[in-house]
Formats: sequence, structure tokens, C-alpha cells
Amino acid sequence: MKRAALILLVASIAAWAADDAGFVIEHATIHPVTAPDIPDGSVLVKDGKIVAVGAHVNARGARRIDGKGLHVYPGMINSATDLGLSEIAAVRETNDTNELGEFDPQLQALVAVNPASEHIPVTRVNGVTSAITLPATETGPEMIAGQAALIHLDGWTWEQMDIQPDAAMEIIFPTLRAPRRPFFAAPGAPAPFRETQRAYDEKIRRLKDFFEQARRYETAKKGPEAGLERHLRYEAMIPVLDGKTPVLIVAQREREMKAALAFAREEKVKVILAGCQELGKLGPEIKTAGASVILGPTLAMPLEEDMPYDQAYALPNEFYKAGILFALGTFPGEVEHEARNLPYQASMAAAFGLPKDEALRAVTINAAKIWGVADKLGSIETGKVADLILTDGDPLETRTSVKKVFIAGREVDMTTRQTELYELYRKRP
Amino acid sequence: MRALAVAVGLIGFAGLSARAETMVIRNATILTVTKGTIQKGSILIRDGKIAEVGETVDTPAGATAMDAAGLYVMPGIIDCHSHIATEAVNEGSVSVSSMVGIPDTLNPEDIHIYDALAGGVTTANILHGSANAIGGKTVVIKMRWGKTAPELPFAGAPPGIKFALGENPKRQGNPSVFRSTNLRYPATRMGVADTIREAFNEAKIYQAKWNDYRAAVARGEKAIPPRQDLKLDPLVEVLEGKRLVHAHCYRADEILMLLKIADDYGFKIRTLQHVLEGYKVAGEIAAHGTGASTFSDWYGYKEEANDAIPYNAAIMARKGVLVSLNSDSEQLMRHLNDEAAKVMKYGGMSETEALSMITINPAKQLEIDSRVGSIEVGKDADLAIFDGHPLSNYSKVVKTIIDGQVYFDRANDLAQRPAREKEKERLFELDKQRMKAAQSGPRRTGPEVRE
Repeated sequence: MKRAALILLVASIAAWAADDAGFVIEHATIHPVTAPDIPDGSVLVKDGKIVAVGAHVNARGARRIDGKGLHVYPGMINSATDLGLSEIAAVRETNDTNELGEFDPQLQALVAVNPASEHIPVTRVNGVTSAITLPATETGPEMIAGQAALIHLDGWTWEQMDIQPDAAMEIIFPTLRAPRRPFFAAPGAPAPFRETQRAYDEKIRRLKDFFEQARRYETAKKGPEAGLERHLRYEAMIPVLDGKTPVLIVAQREREMKAALAFAREEKVKVILAGCQELGKLGPEIKTAGASVILGPTLAMPLEEDMPYDQAYALPNEFYKAGILFALGTFPGEVEHEARNLPYQASMAAAFGLPKDEALRAVTINAAKIWGVADKLGSIETGKVADLILTDGDPLETRTSVKKVFIAGREVDMTTRQTELYELYRKRP
Repeated sequence: MRALAVAVGLIGFAGLSARAETMVIRNATILTVTKGTIQKGSILIRDGKIAEVGETVDTPAGATAMDAAGLYVMPGIIDCHSHIATEAVNEGSVSVSSMVGIPDTLNPEDIHIYDALAGGVTTANILHGSANAIGGKTVVIKMRWGKTAPELPFAGAPPGIKFALGENPKRQGNPSVFRSTNLRYPATRMGVADTIREAFNEAKIYQAKWNDYRAAVARGEKAIPPRQDLKLDPLVEVLEGKRLVHAHCYRADEILMLLKIADDYGFKIRTLQHVLEGYKVAGEIAAHGTGASTFSDWYGYKEEANDAIPYNAAIMARKGVLVSLNSDSEQLMRHLNDEAAKVMKYGGMSETEALSMITINPAKQLEIDSRVGSIEVGKDADLAIFDGHPLSNYSKVVKTIIDGQVYFDRANDLAQRPAREKEKERLFELDKQRMKAAQSGPRRTGPEVRE
């Protein structure tokens, strides 16, 4: 295994070497996503950027990659993962999501990303080139979890992987959940709903209180008064209060989604709803609020067992029909280490109504729009970062094989620990 | 909520044909799995069996015709590892729980039976959990949604038993998980091995007592029979090859450990379940004639799954192991066809090999391959009909047929949704009124109004 690791290291270094004169993928079908497909087209990449796309590009001096019979797509973006923060789900020591404390806006997922995590190469060889990594799982402790980071799935250090360290402030929205029945209660006794409601109201009050404190801190900071002590928690809230960083509110049910929208409206913050598992009657309200949504996982059971069997599969199409901007994420929750299966989460949504091109947009350009990086990622356009994949077909089909992956113009090694083990043991005598 | 789901689900069932009829499916792409693909083919179903398959078939008078132009028909999917349709999974209080079994706890009202049908699954191996080295008895069922518990089991399928190795059976011996006063042997893989050996040692002694007794009776002696032991009976059946062993395992070392015990005591392991490091000892598994039933690509969720690779199925198959893909999950169970496509991606298996791993291979592992697992004349008419190629992620199930009877029909499901919504509202209203009555009315005895 040591030998295998060494080969991997050497290969990584080779792959890291920059293509100085640039490279061109030629004679491939180009799928820019934001423009019509180009059959027999080329993409020219230089200094990590896309410098030309079209049927004919001037690529003198560039390394040539023959794409005959192949397809070029933008690298996919997974909008909800715990990549780099969790290695072996059941081994607590290898997990860095879900910090203690209720108000942790100062926490940065980025600084805990382990660039050597095995899940990173495993995910990118399936065509996912960047991901949102969340400080808390969707079932994590309620309240403010910290800053979600948008990262490239390649780099020696988390600094090299960084695209947007504060892509969003993650809030696990309080739920109105029935508390456990006291053990001395008679069987059949109704759950004390009033107590539940009181606990919930109290949580919302404290959440709003914290926003108010942060707002006063910001005002005091701008004011003439001297001697204000720096407060890291409030400091971290300033971009949120100024509307520069959106809040990513995890709210799974209609009731919480509605409450989350009201909260965002009252606090005048930019909101992305995440982990929504139903739409209910909220379509117009979400649209009016200008909120975007992160959906997923689509490979899931219905929210309630008496809902239609395909409720989770058909949900993205419901949001699409409501005219809501959404992207897909695999979420760390129930089925661990599913980040590589993002494309198949998208095609399942397409099998149940979502137009195929919208399924692709949900893992490319629409994700880029939601994360405020549509000028850099999510499509094949001149001037954008060269996150590209070369495939032998539709990347949302399992049977399609991803031949090459480029992240910021670097061709990444297609070897993973899993392919190493495959090579080692298939040859075992 | 469960009662409500069942009520709603039963409505869904009411609209479907109540019994098997003579049916002809026409113009379909037929993926027989064992006999190639028939473009624009037909299937005649009679008395719940496949009566004819081919480009053309007889159409008896009175037969229902189904035009399946543009549709794909494959054998009903078989899941070799599931825990649906049972009220209980783990009898975790003892390390050998062979006296208990899933056949006693089947729940025909589990909505996951319907969910499975909607994913094209017609048969599943319902297993006891993995909390103990030797677990409970297992049962193979068909997804006969709407029928009673005794009608679920696959008649004629050999009975099975669950074994489990590794982290799960030793968890209750771990002082950092359970309080020290509650520890249960074993706590290590050594102890797991010993637990299985001890049990078979006992079973051999017990078996010998019965053999002596039967021999004595045969000699015409008046002998007293040994006292029946409900724990050891199933293990004697294993020794006699009458009960199939399905063993949950992960690591290569424990796989070989179990194969060695089986050799020492002279029994067979029918399938290794999960068997995520099976690829490391594929040759040994093949030599033992043991099947492997694994996940397509799950990995990294626990320490013993850390070396799991999605190439596992392909390596084992190439080294001669009979491989199936299973779900162990009511969620994964609904798209085993997509999981099958992963063995093409990881390891380059063919379409037929991929489909075999969710049809004929699990059928062989469960020893029901003379009845199901492929589209062949004489086999049970258990079919999954898709609106595209089942190995494409864009395809979905439109109809699922068991014993010639349509148990799932997407068009029907969609058509009945408004009525189901209405029924749901009515039940909620009824519930509200009952609550009100219970609060205001005279106090009665009985659990439904106790507060």
C-alpha cells in the first residue's frame, strides 16, 4: 500500500504541473450549458481559464487533446456536502461537522477541510469539480452552525482549494418537534404541544436576539464611540447583515420553510433554503422572497409514508414548475459519502418530470448562480475558470465514463484509493 | 400514521386486477437476461406463469393485451438483503438467536412493500439483523401487496438463517458503547469465531443424539427421543444442507474465518452478505462455492467499510464468484436497476452481467432460479416494465407484475392520487372529531381514550 501511495503522490505532482502554453480539447461535442451544444467543437484553456470556445478556435502552440467521439461539460457543483470534514461516518474522531454551541457564525468549514480526504478524489473522478462543504449536517444542532465554504476538489492545501470561504452562513432552523414523552406519562397521553410551542418560540426569540445583538455591534463599530472590543461572533455576522453573505437555512418541512422565509424577511437577509423536502403551497412565497433553494438528496423516501412513492424524486420538478431557482446537493445526512452520486441524483429527478437540461443546470450553472460565482463557474464560456470534464456520454448517466477531469485548468489524476485497491487485488494470484 | 398509510395504500391496490389472468404483452423490448434481448417481442402469461416468449406468441381468446411499444420488460428484480415487511429485525439479547425468525413477524401492511414494487422489485430475502454472530431465521417473500402475511412467503424457497461477523455482533461487548454491567460476549472477532464454533459444536452433539435415537427406533428399540432444542434445530438443518446461511461480513480475515469454520463442521455458506472486502479473497470465496451479495458503491460509513471499493462486484465475478447486488435499505431497494449500472461503470461488466446481478444471480443464491430471475417459458410471470432501458438513470418502472398479476401500475397510482388525498383528509377529520369526543365526552375505559 505504501508503494501505491507513492505512485499516487508522484502522479499528483505530475498532474499539478501547469500547462504553460495551454491546452485545447478538439473535435468534441461541447455542452456549454448556457449556450447551444457545439458538435465537433474546441475549448482552449490557458492559465486555468477558458480562453476560447467554438467550432474553430486558434490554438497554436497549445497541447492538443483529441476529443473525437467525446463530450465536454462544465464540471459539476455539489451544493451540499461534508467533503473534507468527515472521513469515516461512524468513527467520531474522523468527523468535524456539528460543533457544540448554538451561535457559531465565526466557525469556518474551510479551515477544517482535510485536503487528503479519500472522498475528494473519489468524488471528482465522477465529474464533480467543486462543492459546498457545510459546517453542520442537516440533522445537526439547531441555530447558527457557521460558514459553508465553496471549494475546488483539488489542491495540496485547503487554501488552494478555496473558491469562496464564506459562501453562506448555515443556520439549522428550529423545528416544532414533539418532545419525548415523559416516561411517567400514561400510555396514549398526548404530547404536551404547548410546551413544544413554547420551546420553539423561545429558540426563535433567541435567534432573532442574536441577530439584533450583532446588528447593534455593527452600528457601534461604525459609530464615534471608541474602545469597542472586537467580538469574533458578531464580526462574522457583519457580511450577513450587510447582505453580502447569504444565510443558508436548513428547513425541511413546509412549516419550517415558511418560518425561515419570515425570519429572513424580518431580518432583511439574503436567504437560500436548503434540504427542503416538500414545497406545499409555498411556491409563490419563495418566488416573491427571491429565495433560491438547495434540494436533495432526491434518492430518498417520501417525507411521509402516506405521500406518493415518488414524492422525493418528483420534488425538483415541483420547484422548477414554480419558477424557483434551485440546485442539487447530496447532503451528508442519511446515506453517507454519496457526494460522487450527485449526477444520478439529478437524473432521477429527470426520470420523474424535470427536463433533462434543467437537471444538468441544477448541478452546474444554477448552482453557480446561487453561490454567487456564475461569472466563474458552472458553464463553458470564455473567461470562466476551466473546470471541465471529458466524457463518453451524458454525465448524468451511470454508464457514462468520465475520461478526464480538469480543475482550474489542471488535469487531475484519475487515480483514487479505490482504483489503487482495484488494481492491486484484481491481479492478486 | 402507519394505519393511515395502509388505508391509503389499500385504496391503491383496490383498482388493480384481483387475480392472475391470461395476458399478452406486445411490442416490448424484452431483456430475458438468460436468453438475450428480443426487440419488439411478446410474452404470453397464463396461470401466473410465462407461457410463451418470442417475436410473436399465441393470443388466446379472452386474453388481455398490453401494448408495450417503447417499453422494456425485464425479470422482476430480486433483492437478496432486505429488512422490510417485518415487525422486528434484531433479537439482540443473545449471541445466538437461531430460535427466532422473521417468518413469525411478517407485516404485510408495510408500505415499503409497495415502494419496492414501484422500483420493480418482486422478490426479496428478508433477513434478521446483524446484532449477533448467529442470528434468526430468514424468509424469501414476494411483494404481494394487499395480501395477508401467510401469502407473502415464496412457496418452495429454501429457508435461511442470518449470521453476522465483525463490528455489529461484537458491539454489545464493547465497554465504550454499552455500560459495563450490560456487556454481552463476544467483544472481539476472536469471540465471534468462538461463538459460531461453540454453537456448531453443540449442534453436532444434539444432532448425534437424534441420530442415535432414530437408529434405535429403526432397530425396533423403544427409545426416548431427545428433548427438542429450538435453538439447535435450525443449526442441524444447516449441517444437513436444508437451511441456507446468509452471513453478514466485511473484512477479508473474517470471511476466511467463517469459511474455515464451515469447512471444519461440514456445512456451506450460501451467501456472504455485504462482503465489502470480498475482492481481496475472491479466489477463496469462489473455491468454497459461496455466493456474494454486495452493495454497488457504499463505502466509508464505518471502519470495516473503509476498504470498500465499487469494483468489488466486478472482481469477485471475474474470479468466479456468483455475485448479486442488494439494498439492505428500503430506499436503495427502489433503484437497484441504477445500482446495477454501476458495475458497468466500475469494472466494465456487460449489460447482461449487470442485470444478472439483480435477477438470475440472486435467484440462484436463494435457490429459486428454476422459478424466477429470468424471462423463460415455465417460470413465474414476475416482471418489471420500464419506460426506457432499465440501466438508464432516466428510466422508471411503469408496471410490476407478480404471478401474472399487476401489483404496481404507475398510471393507476397517478390516477388515484386525488382520491387518496381526499381519503387522507377524511381520516384526519375523523381523527380530530374522535379526539374532541374523547376530551369532552364521558370518561370511558379502554386504551383509546386514556389520557
